[in-house]
Amino acid sequence: MNVIEFQNVSKTFHRAVGQRLLRHYIEDMIGAKDPNPFYALKDVNFAIRDGESVAVIGSNGAGKSTMLSLVTHLMPPSDGKVIVNGRLAALLDLGAGFHPDLTGRENMRLNASLLGFSRKRASELHDSIVDFSELQEFINEPLRTYSSGMILRLAFSVALSLDPQILIIDEVLAVGDQAFQAKCIDKIFDIRNQGKTILCVSHAHAILRNLCSRAIWLDHGQLIMDGPVEAVLNAYEGRAAHSAAE
Amino acid sequence: MWNGDYLFLLQNLIVKDFKIRYRNMSLGVFWSLLNPMIMMGVMTFVFVKVIPRDDVTNFPLFVLCGLVPFNFFSVAWNNGTISIANNAGLIKRIPVPREVVPIATVLSTCIHLGIQILLLLAAAILIGPGVNVYWLWLPLVWALLILFVCGLVLATSALDVYLRDMRYVVESACTVLFWLVPIFYTLTLVPQAYATVYQFNPVAALILALRRILIDSASPDPSLVLKLAFSSTVVFAIGLALFHRLKNRFFDYL
Repeated sequence: MNVIEFQNVSKTFHRAVGQRLLRHYIEDMIGAKDPNPFYALKDVNFAIRDGESVAVIGSNGAGKSTMLSLVTHLMPPSDGKVIVNGRLAALLDLGAGFHPDLTGRENMRLNASLLGFSRKRASELHDSIVDFSELQEFINEPLRTYSSGMILRLAFSVALSLDPQILIIDEVLAVGDQAFQAKCIDKIFDIRNQGKTILCVSHAHAILRNLCSRAIWLDHGQLIMDGPVEAVLNAYEGRAAHSAAE
Repeated sequence: MWNGDYLFLLQNLIVKDFKIRYRNMSLGVFWSLLNPMIMMGVMTFVFVKVIPRDDVTNFPLFVLCGLVPFNFFSVAWNNGTISIANNAGLIKRIPVPREVVPIATVLSTCIHLGIQILLLLAAAILIGPGVNVYWLWLPLVWALLILFVCGLVLATSALDVYLRDMRYVVESACTVLFWLVPIFYTLTLVPQAYATVYQFNPVAALILALRRILIDSASPDPSLVLKLAFSSTVVFAIGLALFHRLKNRFFDYL
């Protein structure tokens, strides 16, 4: 079964949208064509089967994050169809929704409810989340006293306890110190080994080679290559080395 | 897409709003009491000592019946309008149902409202005629005002994403409405032609109902409550429909 499917998906943005929000909106509504849109994704097609773990690679601005935002339904595609089946957890921006004046514990609860935990599950998982984060000593301190590594620990601990069918990870593998990073990566491997689907954006190729079986390479919004992780990463690294040499 | 626990989420967002507003203040929730009490004192001074009038006997209670609803309305509408744009990080990164954000902002203001309503009821007992059976109307009329504000906020918070000037429109509208809502004057002073229009404004309708209940110890006029219910429901329906229409493109415009 396909859990994620992109059918001829394009996503365009207006250029310099900040200056003329209303004008652009009215143009969108009456269906006027933007003469010079920016294509974040252009006619992308792929399907991911249940239990696959897929890496998404590409240089900055290639459309990787746009793709993940479409998968999580944060925005609709401009063209084409995005189909997602299954409960999904997205580690897009750890700590989105955190507030510096709330304590670690309060933020943990708030974040859990934002991610879709029920009241009961949040209470049940409370201790294991705190344990995983190793922040027992600071859990009642306001978040503004935390270091950035500690904030990431807390966010990661909440998100990883969600038990999703599809896990979306965006550049967040470099969490905290090495010991904690190793712990998180172990946890992600656990989730994969339970047969869950993983879609992962990262520049850490060594991790991707171990974690993923397949890779999708995006460049300027277009799908360049889709295949076994080793082959795609080699092609991508070859091209990067080639353009660096020029 | 998001299939979480709406009530749990709403509760957490409300508590968050409330906590961060007061956490670092020494006086905490006393600010909720202080503001209407000071305004009540100042307006009583102006309209009893400076511009004396004889159409209102219990002016402090009279003006408090106007100030408490209006304060709530203006704070909730202003804060609610900017709630989507202010939570852009959340909207762009977590697929949480968007309606929850402005509604939670309104409901967190309801905590202050609750404190101010207690002040109003205390005033009705201490300097007014005291408790009567018509107080049973209070939950209904207050709920209708909250419904109205939720509707307004759904509309303006969504519009604010595309038209950031919306927050200033709302700010100005509140200043204008302070004069166009019978806070420090009675409806009988308003020419008949405008009086009906006044009654279709839920804030004004609530103030009139409160005065009937708390000062006159009488049941609010059923036609007034009907007008209040009508305006609130219509505004909520329009606000919700508009929000649904506009929310798909929040990501692109934030």
